Amino acid sequence: MKRFHLTTRRSAAVFALAMALTLAGVGDSAPTPPAERTLMLATTTSVDATGLLDVLADAFKADTGITLKWIAVGTGAALKQARDGNADVVIVHARKLEEQFLRDGFGVNRRVIARNYFMIVGPPEDPAHVGDSRSAADALGRIRSSGTAFVSRGDSSGTHTRELDLWALAGGKPESAYLETGQGMAETLRVAAERRAYTLTDTATFYGLRGLAGLKPVYENAPEFENIYAVIAVDPARILTARYGEAMTFIAFLTSPRGQKLIGEFQGKAGRPLFEPLAAVAGVDLLK
Amino acid sequence: MIARELAFAVWVSLKTSGLAALIASAAAVPVALFLSGRDFRGKKIVLLVNQTWMAAPTVVIGLLFYSLLSRTGPLGGLGLLYTQTAMTVGQIFLILPLIVGFSYTALRQVDRRARLTALTLGASRRQAGWIVLREARFPLLVAVLAGFARAISEVGVAMMLGGNIRGATRNITTSIALETAKGEFRNGVVLGILLLVVTLGINILVQTGLRGRDGES
Repeated sequence: MKRFHLTTRRSAAVFALAMALTLAGVGDSAPTPPAERTLMLATTTSVDATGLLDVLADAFKADTGITLKWIAVGTGAALKQARDGNADVVIVHARKLEEQFLRDGFGVNRRVIARNYFMIVGPPEDPAHVGDSRSAADALGRIRSSGTAFVSRGDSSGTHTRELDLWALAGGKPESAYLETGQGMAETLRVAAERRAYTLTDTATFYGLRGLAGLKPVYENAPEFENIYAVIAVDPARILTARYGEAMTFIAFLTSPRGQKLIGEFQGKAGRPLFEPLAAVAGVDLLK
Repeated sequence: MIARELAFAVWVSLKTSGLAALIASAAAVPVALFLSGRDFRGKKIVLLVNQTWMAAPTVVIGLLFYSLLSRTGPLGGLGLLYTQTAMTVGQIFLILPLIVGFSYTALRQVDRRARLTALTLGASRRQAGWIVLREARFPLLVAVLAGFARAISEVGVAMMLGGNIRGATRNITTSIALETAKGEFRNGVVLGILLLVVTLGINILVQTGLRGRDGES
């Protein structure tokens, strides 16, 4: 009995030791002072999936010492996170949802930071002849009547919100061959590529990703396709735990010449600029 | 993906899931010992509930704790959502029934005479319990390791309660999800292999710790 006793203890000790060693080992190499200033951002997926936020977070940390943490979830979910008090600042791109957020008193100091464009991508042979469209509504109408599948985000994101607006202009969504992924832009693009379907995407995510050879842009540069990104601080009067000082520092950073330059020069894996800086354009906050 | 981030993801996985396995075992094994040692009314129901809970999807556990830990939720004041602690808590409740179930089976397999003999020879209830635990140490260890494996391999709880935050809560499985979305399949495969290697290492360490002592004495 004595022997078994020792043995059991020993193996339990080994397991605990293994865990403790890992804890200690990494703890030493990455010390985190408890007084570290952090900022929680809830964001649309495109700025994350392209790698832009990695660049901005590093520069922000270097300039201000504030660690930026973020969850990439889509505009609708990002605003919900902020309403629930789980974020200090949001980066979003759906004007209607943003206005509601501001009107409900959750957000303050909205600033436009960047722009890119939406476009419709689909199978390279373009079975619905979307390329010949005269307008965005016409393009979606062609997809609907051709019966080719369309993949929707289906997640109340900025892109999904815009897609629904465009379907409304086109006279309604397709009754069949309409697939909702409920996932981020990157996942949705992969579904479209695999299913040989059309989808609406922002240019940054599409060009910022690899392995999307099964898709090509079939309709772009429509006036309805402008895509404006804005940053909004969570109102500390409404969400008492919101770190407002850090949020405003971040907004100042994004709209500063340095922040705008980083956004404008960011190329990710695409080898081309993905976002057009917009904060320095006079009066743009009033117009957009 | 750079090596430092990779190492950090491995570390987050090990830490959160390792702690979850240890804490869940500390709670589950005594419960299993209690259940295996006596019969009482309603025991079947307890076992049935436990068995059902084993099938709880990771996202359901994630959703439950999300609602509790969100700032507007009842435990929101703790500020735990999107931390490693939240991941560990979620994983504890994910693997608890698994370890209870496996441990219960392990302890039931122990010859009842071992316990009875000990009691006859004057051992206290507590001492008799220890004897049963010792007899079942191998299958009990399997129960703990199975719990650890379930925790380190799941993605639902880690994603919903951790948020896949770079440098904070991004672990191996949420990294794989992200790398796949980005089309960096090679990174995803490397991470998957890494996860299995890490788990293999833990298993070898624990098992040799056990067997080695047995061989010596």
